[in-house]
Amino acid sequence: MNIFVCVKQVPDTETKIVPSADGSFIETSSIKWIMNPYDEFAVEQALLIQAANAGSTVTVVRVGSTKDTEALRTAMAMGADDAFLVEANDNLDSYSIAKALKAAIEKSGKKPDIILTGKQAIDDDCLQVPQILATMMELPSVSVVVGYEGSATDITVKREIEGGALEVYGVKLPAVIACNKGINTPRYASLPGIMKAKKKPLTTLSLADAGVSEADRRVKYSNFQLPPEKPPGKKFDATDAAKMGGVVKEVVGLLRTEAKVI
Amino acid sequence: MDFNFTPDQLEIKDLAMKFAKNEMMPKAHEYDVKAELPHDILEKAWSLGLVNTCIPAEYGGNGFSAVDSMIITEALAYGCMGMNTAIMANDLALLPIVIGGSDEQKKRFLTPMTEKYKMAAFCLTEPGNGSDAGGIKTTIKEDGDDVVINGNKMWITNAGYADLFVLYGTTDPSLKHKGITAVVIEKGTKGIEIGKKEDKMGHRCSDTRGITFNNVRVPKANVLGGLNKGWSIAMKTLDHSRPMVAASAVGGAQCAFDHSVKYAKERVQFNVPIAQHQMIQAMIADMAMKIEASRLLVHKAAWLLDNGLPNTQLASYAKAFAADSCMQIATDAVQIYGGYGYSKEYPVEKIMRDAKLIQIYEGTSQIQRLVIAKEIFTR
Ligand SMILES: Cc1cc2nc3c(=O)[nH]c(=O)nc-3n(C[C@H](O)[C@H](O)[C@H](O)COP(=O)(O)OP(=O)(O)OC[C@H]3O[C@@H](n4cnc5c(N)ncnc54)[C@H](O)[C@@H]3O)c2cc1C
Ligand SMILES: Cc1cc2nc3c(=O)[nH]c(=O)nc-3n(C[C@H](O)[C@H](O)[C@H](O)COP(=O)(O)OP(=O)(O)OC[C@H]3O[C@@H](n4cnc5c(N)ncnc54)[C@H](O)[C@@H]3O)c2cc1C
Repeated sequence: MNIFVCVKQVPDTETKIVPSADGSFIETSSIKWIMNPYDEFAVEQALLIQAANAGSTVTVVRVGSTKDTEALRTAMAMGADDAFLVEANDNLDSYSIAKALKAAIEKSGKKPDIILTGKQAIDDDCLQVPQILATMMELPSVSVVVGYEGSATDITVKREIEGGALEVYGVKLPAVIACNKGINTPRYASLPGIMKAKKKPLTTLSLADAGVSEADRRVKYSNFQLPPEKPPGKKFDATDAAKMGGVVKEVVGLLRTEAKVI
Repeated sequence: MDFNFTPDQLEIKDLAMKFAKNEMMPKAHEYDVKAELPHDILEKAWSLGLVNTCIPAEYGGNGFSAVDSMIITEALAYGCMGMNTAIMANDLALLPIVIGGSDEQKKRFLTPMTEKYKMAAFCLTEPGNGSDAGGIKTTIKEDGDDVVINGNKMWITNAGYADLFVLYGTTDPSLKHKGITAVVIEKGTKGIEIGKKEDKMGHRCSDTRGITFNNVRVPKANVLGGLNKGWSIAMKTLDHSRPMVAASAVGGAQCAFDHSVKYAKERVQFNVPIAQHQMIQAMIADMAMKIEASRLLVHKAAWLLDNGLPNTQLASYAKAFAADSCMQIATDAVQIYGGYGYSKEYPVEKIMRDAKLIQIYEGTSQIQRLVIAKEIFTR
């Protein structure tokens, strides 16, 4: 099988996010990048599928800036065979990213039997790329997948819906499957794996190679700001029963005039 | 001058820290209470390449530099100093083979360690000889093509589970240093009697025992570097192992520090987080300084080794300073936690118990000062 995994590189969860000076994006110079945690489930699933289908290859695809190729190297250290990187600024919108991913998959020369992704990226939380990609490639897609079984042509996947219930889908491959926590336990990239990954092929494409231009943008970022700091809460002393009436009056007054909720 | 890690080292550190935080830390308390060796965790660490960091690439290892192995050790000790002792003891045992073994011995003893997870034990200390290692009394006597070993060893880490015992003995106690000999003994050899597991203050999950060697016979082919050649192997081993033990102190101290900073921001006394009290700030600042200084000493000692430069003095600086700092930092961490720090339900109490050992094994803090003074006054 030709197995593809789309991975995104996102700021480490412990990063303190700061808007860039001109507000056009976030400050990226001091960020420590990691593979999007949901994508780790996708990579692991790809490796499990590969192990169950002899002769399969796992190709990882990423769109983003080249400063650090952490996510692709991690995926190859875990066991993926090769990687494609479409060089782009990290502030692309979902539509452009999906278009670039599609182009990279096609440039690989391999016809995908399955494309795995994470259910969402933890940086912008758009939850769109897998679905847009599937639409562009005219493939079925299932998202928030927590269970996977099947053959090289037919699979059964379980997806989580509100209230903790599961939907079960039978899907004919090829398809786009977006993975959620619970589908598997991602392996660690071992130290020998990390060393081996350096010798695995990584092909770099430009956005132009991928046929993506500014005209493809559906969403433009105009201004990045931190949310306003929450004012500290107010405390009211209600220990003295005699003064209770006054305190209640004050609270109700403030809820009207300051919080404007009643 | 460059203080940066290489990209490879950053990846090594990331993996080791991820392993420490996800696999070791959540189980550290449980295994401390049970005083049981966490085989699954140790084996998993091995499968990721985090164990036996001293084995060269040509014998199946990962070909790490000394600095690389310091990075790994610091991270693993961050996860649990006791588990790290079980891991690090393999290196202590294998280093004499790496340093003093022939090609044939390295293939025979090191390569199998890279094919399957096995433990090894380093047998130097005796009931009557700890700091005075040159005075050990276990005898190694020639007998035809064999040597015969007799004596008692004490405080041997991994003793109950080891496949290999790397033992220092003497061909003649009156020769002192000049009679010291290193030999490899395989598990199952007749005459090895393993004692009971010691009930320890800290590093409780690691397996520490006495061993009696009673007419244990091994071929001469197991002697490292030849009879009476053990002392120089032992000294070179220490140049590598002391920075490593110091690195474990840095890991433990960093863990105590991270807990303390977090707790100081959360705990409110006198209406403000205790982090705002200057005396708490002073403790935190002292911790941070000592950790950074310890780490720099460890890395310099390892860097000298990687560059083939003498590092004995730096290795002792690193070992004594990092160990003493770790003890102070762990004690202050308990102080910052107040009454909660004294309870086993909070993590710093264990770190304080674990820290104490680092000042004792692999040369006590006093012995490191002797080494340093000797280097100063004899050069
Ligand atoms: C948990 C644990 C694990 C261990 N693992 C191993 C292992 O795997 N393999 C192994 O071989 N050993 C191991 N050891 C032994 C360890 O290395 C020794 O305990 C250590 O070297 C100290 O020796 P000792 O206990 O005999 O103390 P002693 O040498 O009796 O020292 C007692 C005190 O006297 C001081 N002292 C001694 N001589 C001098 C001097 N000349 N000047 C000033 N002060 C001095 C010491 O610093 C110490 O404070 C382990 C020990 C422990 C506790
Ligand atoms: C085994 C044990 C037995 C005990 N027995 C009793 C008992 O019988 N009866 C009883 O009433 N209590 C008892 N205690 C409680 C004990 O007195 C408290 O733990 C102690 O007063 C510290 O309070 P705390 O633990 O809340 O720490 P905290 O007050 O939260 O202090 C945390 C840290 O902040 C520091 N700190 C706090 N305020 C300041 C400041 N303004 N400036 C600088 N530093 C500051 C403290 O010195 C400490 O290092 C016991 C505690 C233990 C562990």
